[in-house]
Amino acid sequence: MGNFPILSFITFLPIVGMIIILCLPKNQTLVMKSITLVITGIQVILAGFLLYHYNYGMGGINNPATFQYIEKFRWIEISGFSWIGKIKIDYFLGIDGLSIPMVLLTAIISFVATLASWKIDKAVKGYFALYLLLVTGMMGVFVALDFFLFYVFWELMLLPMYFLIGIWGGPRREYAAIKFFLYTLLGSVFILLVVIGLYFSTMETMIDGTKVFTFNMLSMMDTHNFVATGILSPMNPHNLRFIAYIALFIGFAIKIPMFPFHTWLPDAHVEAPTAISVILAGVLLKMGTYGILRVCYPVFPDITQKMIWWIAAFGMINIIYGALCAMAQKDFKRLIAYSSISHMGYVMLGMASLNSIGISGAVLQMFNHGTITAMLFIIVGIIYDRAHTREIDAFGGLATQMPIYTGFTTLAFFAAIGLPGLSGFISETFVFLGGFAFETIRVITVISTLGILLGAGYMLWTLQRIYLGTVPEKWKVLKDLDFREYAMLVPLSIIIIFLGVYPSSMLNLMNSSVNAMVKFMMDSKALYGSITGF
Amino acid sequence: MTEFNLIQIAIAILFLPLVGFAFVLFLGKKIKSAYLVEVGILILTFLLTAVLLFNKLYWFADKNIVSEFSWISYKNIAVFGNISIDLGFLLDNLSVIMIFTVALISMLVHIFSIAYMAGDKLYNRYFAYLGLFTFSMSGIVLTHNILMMYVFWELVGISSYLLIGFWYEKKSAPDAGKKAFLVNRIGDIGMFSGIMMLFNTYHTFTFEKIFAQMASGTLPFNSEFWLTVTGLLLFCGAIGKSAQFPLHVWLPDAMEGPTPVSALIHAATMVAAGVFLVCRIFPMLTGDALFIIAVIGALSALIPATIALTQNDIKKVLAYSTVSQLGYMVMALGVGAYKFAFFHLITHAFFKACLFLGSGSVIHAMHHEQDITKMGGLKKKLPLTYATFLIASLALSGIPLTSGFLSKDGILQGTFAFGSLTGYWLFPAVGFVVAMLTAFYMFRLIILTFHGEPKNKEKYDHAHESPFVMAMPLVVLSALSIFIWYTPNPINADAGLFLGKWIKTPSLSVPQNARYSFMKTDLVPEGKAENNRDISNEVKKEGTAEGKEVIYSEAYTEAMHHAHYPAMFLSLFVALTGIVFAFVFYYWKKISADKLARDIKPFYKLSFNKWYFDEIYNATFVTFTMLSSRVLAWFDNTIVDGIVNGAATVTRMISFFTGRFDNIVVDGLVNLMAYLSGFIGLVLRRFQTGRVQTYIVLVVFSLVIILYLFKTF
Repeated sequence: MGNFPILSFITFLPIVGMIIILCLPKNQTLVMKSITLVITGIQVILAGFLLYHYNYGMGGINNPATFQYIEKFRWIEISGFSWIGKIKIDYFLGIDGLSIPMVLLTAIISFVATLASWKIDKAVKGYFALYLLLVTGMMGVFVALDFFLFYVFWELMLLPMYFLIGIWGGPRREYAAIKFFLYTLLGSVFILLVVIGLYFSTMETMIDGTKVFTFNMLSMMDTHNFVATGILSPMNPHNLRFIAYIALFIGFAIKIPMFPFHTWLPDAHVEAPTAISVILAGVLLKMGTYGILRVCYPVFPDITQKMIWWIAAFGMINIIYGALCAMAQKDFKRLIAYSSISHMGYVMLGMASLNSIGISGAVLQMFNHGTITAMLFIIVGIIYDRAHTREIDAFGGLATQMPIYTGFTTLAFFAAIGLPGLSGFISETFVFLGGFAFETIRVITVISTLGILLGAGYMLWTLQRIYLGTVPEKWKVLKDLDFREYAMLVPLSIIIIFLGVYPSSMLNLMNSSVNAMVKFMMDSKALYGSITGF
Repeated sequence: MTEFNLIQIAIAILFLPLVGFAFVLFLGKKIKSAYLVEVGILILTFLLTAVLLFNKLYWFADKNIVSEFSWISYKNIAVFGNISIDLGFLLDNLSVIMIFTVALISMLVHIFSIAYMAGDKLYNRYFAYLGLFTFSMSGIVLTHNILMMYVFWELVGISSYLLIGFWYEKKSAPDAGKKAFLVNRIGDIGMFSGIMMLFNTYHTFTFEKIFAQMASGTLPFNSEFWLTVTGLLLFCGAIGKSAQFPLHVWLPDAMEGPTPVSALIHAATMVAAGVFLVCRIFPMLTGDALFIIAVIGALSALIPATIALTQNDIKKVLAYSTVSQLGYMVMALGVGAYKFAFFHLITHAFFKACLFLGSGSVIHAMHHEQDITKMGGLKKKLPLTYATFLIASLALSGIPLTSGFLSKDGILQGTFAFGSLTGYWLFPAVGFVVAMLTAFYMFRLIILTFHGEPKNKEKYDHAHESPFVMAMPLVVLSALSIFIWYTPNPINADAGLFLGKWIKTPSLSVPQNARYSFMKTDLVPEGKAENNRDISNEVKKEGTAEGKEVIYSEAYTEAMHHAHYPAMFLSLFVALTGIVFAFVFYYWKKISADKLARDIKPFYKLSFNKWYFDEIYNATFVTFTMLSSRVLAWFDNTIVDGIVNGAATVTRMISFFTGRFDNIVVDGLVNLMAYLSGFIGLVLRRFQTGRVQTYIVLVVFSLVIILYLFKTF
């Protein structure tokens, strides 16, 4: 591999595609679609390459030496402000066991969503240009290790998303888009404040011995780098770490989305075109939990330990509240959106366990939820394309009319209710086993197991209402899957079955990092205790 | 045959049906006769289980063969240490006998279904599901750890869901499937909580390792109470799967599935999985846990038996009978009659499968008529079905020379012994009452179906005996309902190899003082036995270990022995009484059943309406869940989202006011300034005339003023 900047390549390749598309004449729609498909296809191949050469033994998390595919050089350097010192922003990319599953997921979901975008016929050029920009933003978030760069990518993905919902969405698209945009922007503002606070609290020692403020996330995880008087420095007796933590957490929690910050999600999903729903549920929601694991946990291990009960409790609320709300929905897509909320609750519960089993379960659940929910939204999209309605009670008996489609649906539903042999099972099981092992959240874990009953309840009920029974006369014209739809569903199904049968493939990938994370959290308990004891 | 060969055979037994499932599922549409592959695979699987059974019992009768393949493994992680989740096989006598039973019945049901399901439009799909079920069920039986058992447990649940809802175009079938799955999941949550508890304590899922650690004193949360709780939580899984009170409501509804499915899944194998689970975890059940299990078993034996008395659907009667018999087995386990519980599990599997397939044969002959009040006189039309049905019914009623007599008698004997040791005579009382009810409703069923005058002449005339593929399984299963396969002595089951040699009560891992008093084992120094315990006169020496004598309380065995004949005669008596009553009511019609029903109307209605369990559950749990889901959805839409939208509205209002402020005040000021400067400009413009004379005047005038000012200050 040598020094080939593969992470930059995988991140910025879509931008190249975007530029090409922008240069094309407006009516070359097929070329644009093909370019997008090829670009996202190359991303999948590159992600496979990353996976192939990935060193399973290196943990990452807080240790720069054990990150892989590192690219680091000075991006912005301004000197001369006396009171700030030097402004120094690194272009710092690298992946570890937390990010590589997300990189894989992003690549796969982007590719599948490209296929799902195939039938877009309104302003195709703009759509695919924005789409590729979105892909860059998402990929960037998962590979950036400099907090400023992270924030840039975080914001970068927001804008195309706004237009993609707002222009290509359903009837209430403008409302949904603005709601999504403002809500997420609110979160971004919180994150930005903390980024700045952390910047002025962390100093990195340069090679020549001078100290400069830094946006480097990994430096922020090392207590030696904190400036004694920084407002977010644990050494400062009047530090604002707690408030900063809450702000940062809410910033990420909006993306998860965590109750009570979740109401943008059903609206955004219902209005977004299928492909964008797939991206939204498949990748975007993971940014929230990924951000918490990547930033909140290692940068604020002291506060995290204190807040762990709350994280678990909100996870439980997400699980049960989301499931109950899903049960009451009449719109198929809204139902899946609420099920997403419920399933992301498992991720939070797993994260709160602070042990290897639970956190592995959480990260695995992030990946699995990405694939399963992507599949569910594709399934909704397929029926909406044909019937132009998503009202659950309008359907029935599709199993007779569209048997193969129903077969895929059944698979996805079973995966969503955590059936063994499919990927959702092992992640949910690990989340519960991990949560139960941690005394603080044991009761919450036990209550959360209700989620697997409620989940089965609304899923099977939906399955029955839409697919079983007899076909109403007016749906006797519906056709079964075409080739494009096969191409979307088959890869996801294979992943779901593969990870269900052989979860070790993914668990081993993240194992070192999860262990490093757990160890870091355990060590920091004593460490921060001694620091704040000053 | 080496142990390794047996493991290889076990792997083949497990995965062959899965191969069949995949093959038939994917190629069933293209290849019309794909189902033959599945049937062939099942015949092969059965032959393999026969080989396995023979070799295991012949060569390794006293040895547990374990083999494991790592599925997920963690090395040296914080909190847990080394974790390994394995796909493991445990071949002990229990599992090989069970797997043989499963494969045999599954094979027979496959064969039976060839004719029964003929003409169905999803014919091949049906066989695919059967393959999936057989795979999952084999997994439950063969696995050596509780997590894998849970995995297959859920898979069995989903295959049951698919098969119950097989005729998905009817409204009732998917309803029943969903109900079965959800009710089972309630139990599964309990079971899963138990698994979490075990994992948290022992950091392993393997039965052997858990029991070993438990025997050396490690308990969940270091307390016997939590050990009891763990055992009961695991038992929740059995309550769900074996349709025990209060989760028994799904099983009668599950009769919506095709009848061979009912025979395989909802009579012989899947529902027995719960009992099998309790057998597997028996060493970790404390006395308190066992007692509660016995109570649940007794209730599950009694309540459905009273319901079965009045049902008119041939399958529903059999379904309630199944719940009742499973309750019997659970009760037997609860009172410590482990061997007989498992024995009854096996014998019941055969004769109940026979009854269900027999009812399938009747339903097939009657063109899907299931109401026994519309049948009658079928004896002549379906002689073979009648003969096999009768034999199986005799076995179920516990008439001598049948297998059911032996196993049921054993259970009654166990409860009798338990009663005599502990004073809880209610268990044997329930046992005998249920035995009488069972005999009564079975013969009511037989008389109404096969005897008397045909009620529906048209359907009767078209009725015909079933073809060979349906008759053969009936003959095989009824033959297996005869005592000879289990013991040479028709009144003593212990005389046979089955109970005499192969099935033994496992040694307990539970701490001594958490056990039933009669199950305590102790290492007591020689000669001290008398002083140590109250029941020492019933204590018997049994070999030595390292200078100390192993003292084993045989009070229970002793009591069982004493209970043997009283229980046997009493059970025979109540069974015959039940049969006689059935004849009095329905054959000789000495007493009118309808009149009696009118006389005791409240009881009749209670029984006929299944004790209103469904209604009660619907009114409470289902309604509560649906209501809370609607309320929360409203809350979400109105309150949570309302706050968000409210925040937006407030922001817009504020922006409106600031906009106005900006427009009027701020911009007003700006405009005012502009106006003022304009005005000033307007005024000053007057002076800019462009004429030199004016300027000179102004300059001079200004100079005068300036000079004057300088002079003044």
